[in-house]
Amino acid sequence: MKVLVPIKRVVDYNVKIRVKPDQTGVDLANVKMSMNPFDEIGIEEAVRLKEKGTATEIVAVSIGPQAAQETIRTALAMGADRGILVKVDHDVEPLAVAKILKGIAQAENPNLIILGKQAIDDDCNQTGQMLAALLGWAQGTFASKVVLEGEHAHVTREVDGGLQTGKLKLPAIVTTDLRLNEPRYASLPNIMKAKKKPIDEKTPADYGVDATPRLKTLKVTEPPKRKGGIKVKTVQELVDKLKNEAGVI
Amino acid sequence: MALDRETRDQFLDTVRRFVRDKLVPIEAEVSETDAVPERIVGEMRQLGLFGLSIPVEYGGLGLSKEDEVLVCFELGQTSPAFRSVIGTNVGIGSQGIVMFGREEQKREWLPKLASGEAIASFCLTEPGAGSDAASLKTTAIRQGDSYIVNGTKRYITNANKASVFTLMARTNPENKGAGGISAFVVPAKLPGISVGKPEKKMGQQGAHICDVIFEDARIPASCLLGTEEGQGFRHSMQVLDRGRLHIAAVCTGVAERLIRECVRYAQERTQFGSRIGDFQLIQAMLADSRTEAFAARAMILEAARARDGGQPISMEAACCKYFASEMVGRVADRAVQIFGGAGYVADYGIERFYRDVRIFRLYEGTSQIQQIVIARALLKGEG
Repeated sequence: MKVLVPIKRVVDYNVKIRVKPDQTGVDLANVKMSMNPFDEIGIEEAVRLKEKGTATEIVAVSIGPQAAQETIRTALAMGADRGILVKVDHDVEPLAVAKILKGIAQAENPNLIILGKQAIDDDCNQTGQMLAALLGWAQGTFASKVVLEGEHAHVTREVDGGLQTGKLKLPAIVTTDLRLNEPRYASLPNIMKAKKKPIDEKTPADYGVDATPRLKTLKVTEPPKRKGGIKVKTVQELVDKLKNEAGVI
Repeated sequence: MALDRETRDQFLDTVRRFVRDKLVPIEAEVSETDAVPERIVGEMRQLGLFGLSIPVEYGGLGLSKEDEVLVCFELGQTSPAFRSVIGTNVGIGSQGIVMFGREEQKREWLPKLASGEAIASFCLTEPGAGSDAASLKTTAIRQGDSYIVNGTKRYITNANKASVFTLMARTNPENKGAGGISAFVVPAKLPGISVGKPEKKMGQQGAHICDVIFEDARIPASCLLGTEEGQGFRHSMQVLDRGRLHIAAVCTGVAERLIRECVRYAQERTQFGSRIGDFQLIQAMLADSRTEAFAARAMILEAARARDGGQPISMEAACCKYFASEMVGRVADRAVQIFGGAGYVADYGIERFYRDVRIFRLYEGTSQIQQIVIARALLKGEG
């Protein structure tokens, strides 16, 4: 069984984001980049499936600049078997990403595609759903547990108010939530082995996709600074403030 | 073997993340419980950290000295007790076997030490023999195919977890000096060997040191390290020599961590209506700490590269260990000063580091021993 895991190179979650002075975007100069944490969970899940003997091959795909190859190397060091880099030097919007991934899925015929539920840079939370629609496959989003059984995947989803378990016919799309697993650290021996694993280079045109952005960013601004909180003395005072000052109850 | 740039950066990044996400958050817990959780030790095994200095053909990573010290700079960025978990396998516990072991000794122990399946300790110090290691009293008397060992070893790091000891004992009681000492690779579980209770220490809770007691312990003659008796003192000096850059790099990592904490605090804490970082007397302390830590990093990297280039660096390694261990003491002292009262109470963890770093000036050669090594080399015309 083949598993495809799309991964995105994003600003490291530990970096304090700064907006460019001209408000055209986020300052990426000399900023540490790493794999989107939700995608890391996707790779980990695929590697666990392989360790259980369920999956036989894991293909990691990244769409981005040449440097995204480093992100693919990380996935290979964690246990993916090979990589595909679709080279694009500008921002790629979720629909274009989904179209490229559709092309890759048709070429690779995976049984399962595991994506992060969203990337921590633009927080779109769209690609997995769009890809499922384009392919006409079943989708289990925000997964906290995935169990494969024959031709089906049982996906437990984190939904408002609890957990929902769905039975998906394979091939299917799963998007990961934080509690699905805790990703491993790549060991040095595995980092060294990863250097020998193949990475194919492609372009959006190879899949017949025009990745030109459709959206125009007007302005990027920092969120307003948080004001200091206050301490309330009684529950009554709290309720009063929530009702009359915050207007939330 | 030196790593290529990309592989090295990726590995250092992984270690940095491991330290930041897994070790730093449990520093206080490790200190309170006096134990590094087994799951963390397991992750250290998986990362390959136990095998940093063990050659690739025996299952280790066989890092160049430069790569090893770069890893140590990262591992130093948290409580030194974590580094101590792997410290003896990477350093004094394993290097005697790496450098002087016979092939069968290497094959038996190094793969287990590299994976972390076995822990090695280095048994040199005794109640009456510290810096004057050549005066050690533990004896190993040959009887047929065995040696009978008697004596007590003191302050032995990781002894309570060890599967194997690199033991220095006197095989020739007639020779009271260095030439009467031989080195052995001894399985810890042999009858007649017992390990005392971990000592209560000033700092580095989570790392343990114990007595190791030999009472008529019969060890096979094949445990002799190498092929000749009388080489133990020379072997142990070379083992210690080799570990000095490692310790120096750990000191530098701790100093860098403390400087980061100081900068953060100086930007948050206000007095007299200003952030304390705006005051020049605080700035001077920050600048002094940064300058010294930078000097240590630079000299360690220079010495490590020289060693990888095949040059002898005994004197330079002593300079690094001497400077870096004294430097981190000064940096920790300034950190307490910058934090003020907060540096003296336990909640902020600064006083813990202050206690933790004190040992660096003592073990694997005190500062005074390093001074002697440096001066002797100079006077011999080697410097």
